[in-house]
Amino acid sequence: MAYIANTPDDIRHMLAAIGIDSLDQLFDVVPADLRLNRPLAVPPALTELELTTHVGGLLNRNEGADRRVCFLGGGAYDHFIPAVVDNLASRGEFYTAYTPYQAEASQGTLQATFEYQTLVAQLTGMDVSNASLYDGGSAVSEAILMAITSTRRFGRVIIPETVHPEHRQIASTMLAHLEPEVVTVPAPKGVIDPKALAEALTDDTAAVVVQHPNFFGRLEDMEALAAAVHARGAIVIASVDPISLGLLKRPGDYGADIVVAEGQGLGNPLTFGGPYLGIMACREAYLRKLPGRIVGQTTDRDGKRCWVLTLQTREQHIRREKATSNICTNQGLLALRSSIYLAAMGPGGLRQAAELSTRKAHYAAERLAAVPGLSLAFPGPFFKEFVVRSSKDPAKVLAAVGEAGYHGGIALGRWYPSLADGILVAVTEKRTREEIDGLAAAYEKALKAS
Amino acid sequence: MYKLDPTPLLFESSRPGRATAVLPASDVPARPIDELIPASQLASSAPPLPELSELDVVRHYTNLSASNMSIDSNFYPLGSCTMKYNPKRNERLAGLPGLGAQHPYQDDSTLQGLLAILHELQGCLAEIAGLHAVSLQPAAGAQGELTALLVAAAYFRDRGEKRTKVLIPDSAHGTNPASAHLAGFETITIKSNASGLVDLADLDRHLGDDAAVFMITNPNTVGLFDPQIGEIAKRLHDRGALLYLDGANMNAILGVVRPGDMGVDLMHYNPHKTFSGPHGGGGPGAGPIAVREHLAPYLPAPVVGRRDDGTYYLDHDRPKSIGRVRTFFGNTGVLFRAYCYIRSQGPEGLLRVAQHAVLNANYLLQQVKDVYPVPFGGRCMHEFVASARSLARERGIRAMDIGKRLIDYNFHAPTVYFPLIVPEALMIEPTETESRETLDAFARALRAIASEDPQLLHDAPVSTPVSRLDEVKAAKTPILKWTPEAAAV
Repeated sequence: MAYIANTPDDIRHMLAAIGIDSLDQLFDVVPADLRLNRPLAVPPALTELELTTHVGGLLNRNEGADRRVCFLGGGAYDHFIPAVVDNLASRGEFYTAYTPYQAEASQGTLQATFEYQTLVAQLTGMDVSNASLYDGGSAVSEAILMAITSTRRFGRVIIPETVHPEHRQIASTMLAHLEPEVVTVPAPKGVIDPKALAEALTDDTAAVVVQHPNFFGRLEDMEALAAAVHARGAIVIASVDPISLGLLKRPGDYGADIVVAEGQGLGNPLTFGGPYLGIMACREAYLRKLPGRIVGQTTDRDGKRCWVLTLQTREQHIRREKATSNICTNQGLLALRSSIYLAAMGPGGLRQAAELSTRKAHYAAERLAAVPGLSLAFPGPFFKEFVVRSSKDPAKVLAAVGEAGYHGGIALGRWYPSLADGILVAVTEKRTREEIDGLAAAYEKALKAS
Repeated sequence: MYKLDPTPLLFESSRPGRATAVLPASDVPARPIDELIPASQLASSAPPLPELSELDVVRHYTNLSASNMSIDSNFYPLGSCTMKYNPKRNERLAGLPGLGAQHPYQDDSTLQGLLAILHELQGCLAEIAGLHAVSLQPAAGAQGELTALLVAAAYFRDRGEKRTKVLIPDSAHGTNPASAHLAGFETITIKSNASGLVDLADLDRHLGDDAAVFMITNPNTVGLFDPQIGEIAKRLHDRGALLYLDGANMNAILGVVRPGDMGVDLMHYNPHKTFSGPHGGGGPGAGPIAVREHLAPYLPAPVVGRRDDGTYYLDHDRPKSIGRVRTFFGNTGVLFRAYCYIRSQGPEGLLRVAQHAVLNANYLLQQVKDVYPVPFGGRCMHEFVASARSLARERGIRAMDIGKRLIDYNFHAPTVYFPLIVPEALMIEPTETESRETLDAFARALRAIASEDPQLLHDAPVSTPVSRLDEVKAAKTPILKWTPEAAAV
C-alpha cells in the first residue's frame, strides 16, 4: 500500500464520483469468464526492511569485480568511475524525467543530450551523433541497416570474425529475414586478413564492419582496410572502444563512415551486462538514415538558444512502418552518465585512462607469457586486451584462478573452435601491479596443479 | 523548476589546462606509448574534450537538472508512457555492488544470487502474463515487440507455413508497425469501430491464411478494455494465426485478467511502466517477452535455468532459438528493479496497482469530461483520451496549447496528438501513485485553462527557462552539435 496515496475515505469519495460502489466494478467491462478469480501466484509482499534483507542476502552471494580482481573484458570493462557521475546522474530531476517531448519543461535533459552528441562527435571525429541506442551490439546492427538503405545494396554485409561474437549473432538475427547475406572473413592471425577481405568484397556489398581494437584487443590497419572497402563503394562501419579514443586516431581521421561503440566503459557500471549504451555517429551524408532520438539546437520566441527533439519524421511514431528503425527510446540516463564521465575526465583524464590501461595490459601480457604453459596467441600491437593460449583446459585453469580470487579471463572456445585453448584477458587502469603479479602467480599455480 | 538564466554549454565553460579527474601514476614500467602501439595508430593529440574543474561539472549538471520537470518534482500525466513514482528502495538495492559489480562473463558459479533473482522474475512474469516461458533479453519494449515477431516468424517457418502479414489496429503505438516491418512482415491496418474497439468485420476481411499475427493493445490506446478479445483470439486461432499483446498498458489489468487467459500467445512487458523504473530522460527500459508453450523453443538464448540440485545457470542450449537480440544478458538493472517492485507488492499489491490506476483515471475523467469531451466511452481503464476539438474550433485553443499552459500550472503536459484516431487528443494517465488532492488540482487547472484568454495559451509556457520554441527551424537547419560557429547563431 506504500506507493498508493488513496485512503479508504478517498476511495469512497472517488467511487461515488464515478457512480459505482466498489473497486471491483471498475473492471465490469472485462468478461467474467476471462477474469482471474484467484490471487496471482507470486510471493507475498515484503516490507522495505524485509526486501532489503532478502535481496541484500541474495546479492551478497555473488562474487563480482567487488570480490575478485577482475580481468574480464570482451566488451564490458571494469573502468574507474569518478564520484561525480553517480552523484549528479542520480539527481531526481534527471533520473525520474521522461523522454523530453515537452521541450520547455525538459531543457536540462535536452541540453545534456545535445552535449552528449557533441562529445561523441568530438571523440569520434564524426559530423553527427544520435542520442544513443540500446547497446554496442544493437548499434552494430542498426548501422548495418543504415548502410543497406543508404547504399541500396542488398547483396551482402561483411563482418569479420574479429568483431565481437555476440554482435555478429545479433546482426544475424536482425538480417535473417532480409536480403543481404552475412559473410564472415577469417582472422587466423588475430587481425583481418586483407586478402580474404578483398576476395569477399563484391560490388553489391553494402558495408564492412571493422572492430578496432578488435575482439582480441588487436589493432587493425584501419587506413588500408577503409581504402579497400571504399574502393568497392561500400560503407565502413567502425566499432570502437570509446576509452581507446583517448589515445588512438579518431575514426573520422581514418575514413570511417559510421562509428558505433559500446559506451559502458564511459562511467557506467558492469551490472551483469546492462543497461548499457549504444554510441552511434556518422558523416552528415547519412543523417537522414540515422535511427533513434536526435536533439537539435533552435531558438525560442525571445530568440534565446534552446534545444528540442528533432528530425522526428525518421521515427516510428511518425513514419510507422516506413521508419528508419523501430527504436522508440534511447538510453538517456546512460548517455547522461557518459557525458558527466567525459566532462569529469577531460581530454587529459581520458588519455591517462587509455595510457594506463595500455601499459598495464602490456605488463600483464609479458607476465603471463612468462608463465610456463601460457603463451601469447597473437603477437602484435594491442590496446588493453590480449589472448593467451593455455597448455591445459582453460575451463579448469580459470576455475583454479577463480578460487585464488581472480576473474582471470574469458575462455574463447565457446565462440572460436580454433581457439579452444584461448583465454581473453583485459586490464584496465584500475588494476595494480600487485594484482597483475598475483594473477600471474595464480595462473602458474593453476597450470602446475591441473 | 524555476526560471533561470540558461546554463552555458560544457564547451563554453572549458578553459585550457583546467582538468578534473587525475588517475594514479603508472606502477608498471612506464615505457613510451609508441613502443607499445605504433605511432601510425596514435592520435597526434588528446581528444578535443572540454576542460573543466570538478565544481564546474557539479554546478553545470545541477543547474541543468533544475530546468527539468520530473516525477520527483511534478505530476506527469503522460498517457501511454505511464510515469509513476519510482520507489527509492529499489535504487538503494540496485546500487549494491552485488549487482553493479557483476561482469556478464563471470562464471555462473559466482552469480548464484543474481541468477536466483532473475529466475524468480522469469517465473513471476510468466504467472502475471498467464503464459509459459519468458525471455528477459530485449532491451526495450520496442525490441520486445520485434523479438516476439521474430519468434512468431521462426515458429511458422518451422511449421513450413508461409505467413507474410501482421495485422495492426489503427490506434496502435507507432512501434508496432515499425517492428513488424523490421521483422520482415507486411503490415495491414485494422480499423477501429465507432466505440474505439477492434472492428471485427474489418479484422475478418483481412484475416486470411497469410496472416501471421494480430498485434493488439488491451487495454488499448484510447484507454478502453476490448471485451471482444476472447472472440478475436478464437478467430485468429481458427485460422492458425497468433495473437500478440503490446504490454504497454499491463498496469491496468495486473491480477485482474491475464493475457494468456484471454487467448494471447505472446506479449512484451514494459517493466519501467508496469513495475516502475528510473525513466532517466528517455531510458533505459527493458522489454521482456512471455510466450505460450509451443513458442518457447524459439526464444533468444540465454535464459536462466535451474538444475535439480537447486543451482542456477545460463541456458545457451536452444537449438531452435531465433538467436540473440542484445549483447550479454539484457538490461539487468531494470529487470532487477522490476523484481524488487513485484516483491514489494505481492499478489494483493499488484492487484491494488491496477485498481487504483483505474480508479484515479476514472475519477479524473469525471472531473474534466464536461469541458474536455472523451469521444470513446464514459468509463476508462488506467488512461483516457479527451479531445480539444471543440475548443480548437470555437476558441482556437489546440491540444498543444493546453499542454504548454499546464506547464505554467506546474504540471507536465499530457501526451498530445496520440492516438491518431482522436482529433486534438489529450491522452491522460494519472497512475495509481497520485493522490486525490493532486488529481483535483490538476482537474481545476484543466478547467481553468479552457476559459482562459487564447493568447495566454498560445504564449504559454511563460514560467519555464525558455518560451515556446521553434521546432521547424530545428528540423530545417539542423544544428546537432556545438561548434564555435553554431554557438553564434
